[in-house]
Amino acid sequence: MPTKVEKDAVSGTETTGHEWDGIKELNTPLPSWWLYTFYVTVAFGVVWSILYPSFPTGPNSYFGGLIGYSQRGELSASMAEAAAAKAPMVDRIAAAELEQIRADADLRNFAMAGGRAAFGDNCAPCHGAGAAGSKGFPNLVDDSWLWGGSLSAIHQTIAYGVRNTNEQSRASAMPRFGLDGLLTRTQIDDVAEHVLAITNRATNAAAAGRGATLYVENCASCHGAMGEGNQDVGAPRLDGRNWLFGGDKASVVQTINTGRNGAMPAWAERLDPATVKMLTVYVHGLGGGQ
Amino acid sequence: MDVSVTARPRPETPAPPEPPLYATRQRVYPKTVSGDFRRVKWAILAVCLAVYYLLPWVRWDRGPNAPDQALLIDMEGRRAYFFFIEIWPQEIYFLTGLLILAAIALFLVTSLLGRVWCGYACPQTVWTDLFMAVERAIEGDRVQRMRLDKAPLSMNKLWRKTAKHSAWVLIAAATGGAWVMYFQDAPTLARQVFVGEASSSTYVFAGLFTVSTYVLAGWAREQVCTYMCPWPRFQAAMLDEHSLTVTYQKWRGEPRGKHKSGESWDGRGDCVDCTACVQVCPTGIDIRDGQQMECIGCGLCIDACDEIMDKVGRPKGLIRLSTQVTQDACAAGRPAPEWRLLRPRTLIYAVVLATVGAIMLVALLIRPTVEIAVLRDRNPLYVTLSDGSVRNAYTLKVLNKTRDGHEYALTAPGLAGAALTMVDARTSAPSSSLTLAARPDSVATYRVFVTLPAADAPRGDRPLTFDLTDRATGATTRYRSVFIGPEDGHHHDDRKGR
Repeated sequence: MPTKVEKDAVSGTETTGHEWDGIKELNTPLPSWWLYTFYVTVAFGVVWSILYPSFPTGPNSYFGGLIGYSQRGELSASMAEAAAAKAPMVDRIAAAELEQIRADADLRNFAMAGGRAAFGDNCAPCHGAGAAGSKGFPNLVDDSWLWGGSLSAIHQTIAYGVRNTNEQSRASAMPRFGLDGLLTRTQIDDVAEHVLAITNRATNAAAAGRGATLYVENCASCHGAMGEGNQDVGAPRLDGRNWLFGGDKASVVQTINTGRNGAMPAWAERLDPATVKMLTVYVHGLGGGQ
Repeated sequence: MDVSVTARPRPETPAPPEPPLYATRQRVYPKTVSGDFRRVKWAILAVCLAVYYLLPWVRWDRGPNAPDQALLIDMEGRRAYFFFIEIWPQEIYFLTGLLILAAIALFLVTSLLGRVWCGYACPQTVWTDLFMAVERAIEGDRVQRMRLDKAPLSMNKLWRKTAKHSAWVLIAAATGGAWVMYFQDAPTLARQVFVGEASSSTYVFAGLFTVSTYVLAGWAREQVCTYMCPWPRFQAAMLDEHSLTVTYQKWRGEPRGKHKSGESWDGRGDCVDCTACVQVCPTGIDIRDGQQMECIGCGLCIDACDEIMDKVGRPKGLIRLSTQVTQDACAAGRPAPEWRLLRPRTLIYAVVLATVGAIMLVALLIRPTVEIAVLRDRNPLYVTLSDGSVRNAYTLKVLNKTRDGHEYALTAPGLAGAALTMVDARTSAPSSSLTLAARPDSVATYRVFVTLPAADAPRGDRPLTFDLTDRATGATTRYRSVFIGPEDGHHHDDRKGR
């Protein structure tokens, strides 16, 4: 510091006494409000670092702060809080029969809301957000059901799934008629023509006629004599407009040739009973419930 | 850091410093004044404050199951009540209309009377005036206040400042406290606020308005009008040469100068340069400089000047409410023209005001008491059933704005063969008409399927109308929607779910 404070002639401001090539720096200190705010933030930072998780103490450890706060803990706490708030209704759902849930407006509304959320989390990847399915993944809003559309049938399907390792899983198999040599190419073509004929779409009447006999021998035991299907073995209807794997001739031929064995997880293994019930009521309420 | 470039050799005479870009606020110490304008200002202030603080407490009987607060914006219940009017959220355009009405009324009043809003009724003016009155009561008038501010800290200064700010905070808290009363039942909320049971948002908003009142009316004052408020910047567009403004009559006042009693008034103006008009001005301006943006048109300088003119024995009204045309005429020695209230500008504002008011009144009178909103399912767009029939799903919201329960018949005329089914605990049997009920003052939500048999099922889109007929009155509300079927060629759906 120079002993004598120099003042800039033009602005009248004090200089710092620093000079570079004739350029002198004016002494314009930070406003005091700014400076004190800065000091307050420093103090705040120190206090914060002591109270909250702030610095690492090793490769896998950190100083957790005196008040033991963590964002994950906060999330867990609010999740627990939400679960506690829902608990009375969830308990009622868990204790109630499916029919009771459907008949009681409060329970039904709760189950529809809970079911919608659980559906979005667990089912939508295959069945679609609108539950309309896609090729190979059943549509849940129409009136066609592979394993039945009653509340209990839907509950069974959701809880134990289809063709999985669960003991109570729904199980059946569509044979690989072509790949396993059960039918020849011509025979498969004939059967396909017959299947199309059920819905009046045959292109070759003679082939369809030959296929009728083959159908009785190979298909009717599961799909029914008139193609009405059988929900006991998950055999789809062949007399309707809805086709899980496609209803054009090429798709039908491929289905007979390679078989179709879609699978679904057993959700009772992953979800609690109340959630499975809510899912059941929700899926049943989508429009196809019987 | 500023860096000054000092040329070498140093010049003999340094360049004059440029005026700074930042003007430090000159504190305004308005002096007490009395007179007609001050009395009117007090009266309007009292009315405005009374309306603001008391309105939430006015009761209005709406029958059972309805709040009895005359003016209530019920955020939680999603209703706004204004005496006999009840507004639903989707009718927020009434509020828009009200704001438009207020804006045009402001334009009209400004073009007729100048800035009376700024000077008398604006909340900033009202509360600033109130805070100044408190300040004056505690710290004294202009001179005492200036002296107090300059004086070093003493017991006297300490208690006066503490008392003033405490009083300000109290008024501000009452202001913030009154604000939240408009949004909940006032008597209930007032009790809750004091026993600490009110919601945190209530305290947050009350606190917010407490702080803003204290800061804006106590500290910011005329800076709000000069720097923050957009209105002074464009209100000049509403004014013309026939608008009333607070005017210093230059032709009469100039040349100004000190005047000793007994001296002649010949050859000089009436202005004795006492600066009384400047001392009482709440925005700290000199009205003798002519019309200026900072002038809020309160007219206190008129009171101040009239008092002086009385004392020096000259006619009152050196500063007065006047128009530009009058001033021009007087300056030129012509007789003052008549004050023209009816001018194209004021007529247009009046007509627009009346039109908007009429539109709002009609809208209010024909406001429907039942509305229907239909949300069509879009995922999936449609569902093909196993027999080939096509089904669309709709969510219907029936808004019953009356205070009684109503039953309605829902039909879909114009779509031959359409069967309606209601999805509830049990899916109802297909029918051409459904019965929907809506409880009083509420929205009833129904999920409805519309199914067309395979033979009637459309290719692509088909318009669909829902008719909601009140079973009691027979009044029908219509909603136009659409029924969607498979596109051509996809009817024999080859992929389930498409």
